[in-house]
Amino acid sequence: MLNTNPIWKVVLVIFVVAICALYASPNLYGEDPAVQISAARGATVETQTLDRVKQVLDAEGVEYKRLSLEDNQIELRLNDSDQQLPVRELVAEALGDRFVVALNLAPATPSWLESVGAGPMKLGLDLRGGVHFLMEVDMGAAVAKSEEQMVQDFRSDLREEGIRYKGIRQRSQGGVELRFRDEDGRDNGTRVLQRKYPNLVFTDTDSDTDTIVTMSEQKLKETRDYAVQQNITIIRNRVNELGVAEPLVQRQGADRIVVELPGVQDTARAKEILGATATLEFRMQDTKGDVAAAVAGRAVPGSRLFNDRDGRPVLLKNRVILTGDHIVGAQSGFDEYSRPQVNISLDGKGGNKMAASTKDAVGQPMATVFIEYKPTGKRDADGRPIFDKHEEVVNVATIQARLGRSFRITGIDSQAEAHNLALVLRAGALIAPIQIVEERTVGPSMGAENIQRGLTSIIYGLGATVAFMLFYYRGFGLVANVALVMNLVLIVGVMSMLPGATLSLPGIAGIVLTIGTAVDANVLIFERIREELRAGRSVQQSIHMGYSNALSSIADANITTFITAVILFSIGSGPVKGFALTLAIGLATSMFTAIVGTRLVVNSVWGGRRLEKLPI
Amino acid sequence: MFQILKLDSDINFMRWRGPAGIFSIILVIASLALVGVRGLNMGLDFTGGTLVELEFSKSVVASDIRAVLDQEGFESATVQAYGSSTDMLVRLPPVEQASAETLNNKITQVLKTQMDDQVVIKRTEFVGPVVGKELMESALLAMVVALICILIYVAFRFEWRLGAGAVAALFHDVSLIFGFYALSQLEFNLTTVAGVLSVIGYSLNDTIVVFDRIRENFRKVRKQAEIAITNASLTQTLSRTLITSFTTLVVLFALYFAGGELLATFSASLIVGVVVGSYSSIYIATTTALGLGLTRESLIPEEIEKEGADQQPML
Repeated sequence: MLNTNPIWKVVLVIFVVAICALYASPNLYGEDPAVQISAARGATVETQTLDRVKQVLDAEGVEYKRLSLEDNQIELRLNDSDQQLPVRELVAEALGDRFVVALNLAPATPSWLESVGAGPMKLGLDLRGGVHFLMEVDMGAAVAKSEEQMVQDFRSDLREEGIRYKGIRQRSQGGVELRFRDEDGRDNGTRVLQRKYPNLVFTDTDSDTDTIVTMSEQKLKETRDYAVQQNITIIRNRVNELGVAEPLVQRQGADRIVVELPGVQDTARAKEILGATATLEFRMQDTKGDVAAAVAGRAVPGSRLFNDRDGRPVLLKNRVILTGDHIVGAQSGFDEYSRPQVNISLDGKGGNKMAASTKDAVGQPMATVFIEYKPTGKRDADGRPIFDKHEEVVNVATIQARLGRSFRITGIDSQAEAHNLALVLRAGALIAPIQIVEERTVGPSMGAENIQRGLTSIIYGLGATVAFMLFYYRGFGLVANVALVMNLVLIVGVMSMLPGATLSLPGIAGIVLTIGTAVDANVLIFERIREELRAGRSVQQSIHMGYSNALSSIADANITTFITAVILFSIGSGPVKGFALTLAIGLATSMFTAIVGTRLVVNSVWGGRRLEKLPI
Repeated sequence: MFQILKLDSDINFMRWRGPAGIFSIILVIASLALVGVRGLNMGLDFTGGTLVELEFSKSVVASDIRAVLDQEGFESATVQAYGSSTDMLVRLPPVEQASAETLNNKITQVLKTQMDDQVVIKRTEFVGPVVGKELMESALLAMVVALICILIYVAFRFEWRLGAGAVAALFHDVSLIFGFYALSQLEFNLTTVAGVLSVIGYSLNDTIVVFDRIRENFRKVRKQAEIAITNASLTQTLSRTLITSFTTLVVLFALYFAGGELLATFSASLIVGVVVGSYSSIYIATTTALGLGLTRESLIPEEIEKEGADQQPML
């Protein structure tokens, strides 16, 4: 008999719809106001931290919904959003500055749903409010700094080899110019340098004594990558200071960095913090001075008291051996016994200073101090922001030999710590400047308003379409409407399941548009069925022919639109991408519901039996 | 059964293809001329610059704000009411990088201290001139690549004359939308581009449905002339074209009126596009394909085979 449903198809449709409905359901639960606690640089969140928070909350009699430790973060869910600010103050004070306490909205998904990996859709900044920055790393400056470094390196290398030269200088148009006394000198010099720096390109000029050195493509790329990577590391650290719950810091293209800070309203303060400076100092430890006396407040001549990250006092000499702007690079790795270490390279000047200071200090401990200027949020009389100087000893290591331009710190406890130390060293090093090239802020009221408007237009659009279909196609219109609602559930379910998908305002527009076009497939099919009925075919024949004849039109039309959506997604940016994503998902789900879904219902209601008329 | 159209005989669409073609050519030329002469009102996304949307706690007049900003050295600022008399939009043209980064903060500070200390920032945007240029380039690239890919797909799936017809129809639609934006001086921004691109998708959808029917009828009906079959195919798909355009328009008007200002320009481009797209799939796409010499032979494959005929029906 025509138009009956095979069991597997019934099972398939029910299965797909049920899964999507399940994953779409967390969107119905809304969000809990929450406070999120994560570790600042160097610290870790442990069960003791959790206990401490619990203790403070109990002592103050604060009521809360849930307190949990997961992925190195503590999440404290509250009953009321009015509690958020006071509780944050309370917890921040109790934990000190080793932890970052941030306000957050945590999805109130029930735990049984969470356990199958379900969660609500991620909302874009235009719907939840926040700041979006696009920053550009000044590559010209990064390359110039690298070339400056080359000049110093060449000088010391040639001196070591005993090759005499007339001059080495950075050219204004890029590259480094080497001038020798004669042709022999040039040949010798380039040979030596070429061997040492295979990544550089040496080009002889027309004059017999000069040569121009430029970076190879490979080296240029490395330099750029390093500059971007370094800036990303630093921005991540700073963003943590801001106490933003779910920040995004991401490289975009060759020389740009995207920073998204949901919930942040005060862009001025965000910019100050992102632009805050950090530096490093190397100092000798004062091993003879009396630490206890210094802690008690008595001055130790020639030395000053610092704290390490656990708050333990360390007495360091006043004289700074070297500052961070001489650091060119820092990488964590392993020594020959597979113990973690950090390799540090300095510029030529820094190397000389380091060598001079450590010549007579072999066997003595040297400390690395990290200094950060954090904005306090206050301003002085001239309106300039006031910064808080924050110093911390990040490492103390014993000097094993006279140090030069590159040296290493060993005796580090773990790989993670070596990695951290390298990060800190890089953060304090001289960096390529960045500037903001795009900035977008959406206030929280605007975000809520956008959600409201999006929902309203979905409801109006859906309502009008449903009414029309019911009026025009009656029984079959009802089936199309069921498919339309299913389609919405499927879109939301798929959006919630895709890890990278974010719903934005243009995305909502995409969903609304999908409602309009999703009925198109059903209109095509129903019109075709009517035609077949008019042509005098039997009811079952008409249903069968209607569906199969309309199929190629529907497929062709949707595939071409899908091509547009894919192109939009891959080339477009921001709003265009968000729109393309929901459009593409909507096309796929509407094909499924309009063809497979409605057929299933039509078959089970009208299919497989003798009928004289169809309600269409 | 309720029907929009009760047709006993085919409408002779092709009778008007001459006048319709001339009408469209005139419209396209007029649109392109409008874009050339008046230009588009390019939004911040493409020009670069700074924008701040503020909500004041009480009713304000745009000229007062302009006066305050003038005094503080923002002579080039434009101020405009946005929806109501408490919502204001302040714009600044792109300036040198160094100061641009904090312009929005400065403006808010000035207005807070001098106009209304309860003013709320609803939205700020700053786009550097270089980024603006890049966004424009990527938007143009997206449109061109989309058109080329569609041409290839349609040529592969149907026939090159139909492919050319589809692209001619798309070119027509996109030109008219640009013309509409030049005429109305509505803001043309990234979201508008998304709108224009979905018009491409929509109009194509329409065209493909018509082509599909033409192909089917060319294969099925052997006796009639090409023009007559085309007329029959257009008549058969007409009620579907009208119904789908209607439901899409309803939804778009919902977006236009309820979606807020940000989505209004987006839906405006689509509303124009849906109307123009339905017309162009009848007159531009088919007329072009016929004009290029589309005959029955060009649509009948050497080995006549209905797609999927050898398979069990899937549905």
